[in-house]
Parts: sequence; C-alpha cells; structure tokens
Amino acid sequence: MSEEAGIRIVVQEAPFDFGAEADAFAAGRNDMGAVVTFTGVVRDVSGGLDGMEIEHYPGMTEKALARIAAEAQARWSLGEVLVIHRHGKLAPGERIMMVATASPHRKDAFEAAEYLMDYLKSRAPFWKKESAGGGQSWVAAKDEDEAALRRW
Amino acid sequence: MIDVLYFAWVRERIGMPKERLDTGAATVAALVDELRAREERYAMAFSDLSALRVAVDQELTDFDAPLAGAREVAFFPPMTGG
Repeated sequence: MSEEAGIRIVVQEAPFDFGAEADAFAAGRNDMGAVVTFTGVVRDVSGGLDGMEIEHYPGMTEKALARIAAEAQARWSLGEVLVIHRHGKLAPGERIMMVATASPHRKDAFEAAEYLMDYLKSRAPFWKKESAGGGQSWVAAKDEDEAALRRW
Repeated sequence: MIDVLYFAWVRERIGMPKERLDTGAATVAALVDELRAREERYAMAFSDLSALRVAVDQELTDFDAPLAGAREVAFFPPMTGG
C-alpha cells in the first residue's frame, strides 16, 4: 500500500469489501461533490470459465499504479484517488479491482476514473490467465486497449 | 550482475521466474541476443520482440535502452490488468 497526498493504492491477493471501501472513500470531505467508483469483475463470456489467475510484478505494480494515479491527479481536479487490484486465483463473478475518484465536479471524477482504467489495463504489470475445460490460456492484450490510451 | 525477471508466458517458456546474470550487455537488445544464444527455450521466448515488453529497474522502456547501472531487467508480454 502506498499513501501519497490523496492517493491510496492497494495490491492484494485477498478479496476486498467494496461496500466498506466505497463508504470510507473521501468520507468527511465536504468539498468533494462527486464520487465515481468502477469495479472490474471476472467475466465468464463463454459460460465455460472455471477461473482466472492474475500474476503481477511486485514492486513495479505499486509504482506503476501510483504513477497513473498521480498523473490523473495532475490532469483533473481530484481530492482523492483509490486503486485496489487483486492478484492470485479468482472465480467467475469475483471482483478483480476497483477505482474510485472524488472531485468537486462530476466530469472530472468520471473522466479520471476512465483514464485510470484505460492506463491500468495496459500499463500496470498484471497478466491474466484463464482456466476453462481443463486447459489454461493467457489472456492476450487487445489492440483496442492500446488505442484507448491515444484519446488522453 | 543483473537480476533478470520473467513473467507470464515468458516465465513459462524459459522455465523460471528469475535469474542472476553476469553480463556485459550495453543495452536490453544486446542482453536479449546473449540470452537467445544460450539455449533453445530462450530463443523461443525471444523469437518475436514485438510480442514482448521490457522494464529496466521497474520502469517500462524500449529494447534499445541502456543497461549501464541497471539492477533489474524484466521481460513480459503486453499487460492485461483491469
């Protein structure tokens, strides 16, 4: 976990309590009129997914997430930024990660949350491996994820 | 001495997560050439550099990045977070 001004980054194997995190986020900040949260969930597209394992690069992961959050803070008017990302084994329907942004303005909170998501998809060192029908395969990065960065 | 780390399918292809190497390679690309020459599993893992990303001292960089003073180099496929 890292604590910079208004930035909280958590990388952990254990599940997180979305309700408690959302409740505590920017609590007591009366100057923040807008809070946006996004949650990523393990998705079973084909109906045959047994689970997923997320590998990461300890050390670099926390640094990369902190940098992405700091960049968001520099670009938008944000009072608080939270990024939680899990690693290890996850079952379909489990929460993988969440981001939260708090801003005086709705537009800043939404845009910053999208920016965080776009960047942490392809610039934070996580790799997903899916298990289905007894086989395992690494999830390939999508061209559209890379393309998504160009709008920022 | 430099720590070389492998993640995801690069780790699987090479068969280990980390090794410590004594190398005189001046750049990441030169280190890759050294590794490729060692064994077939390295040649396979590094057969298509466009499918790989590299970080030097935990910062994303390019294959032409210098290695002078670097403590850690990591090779991995494009990231799939979120």
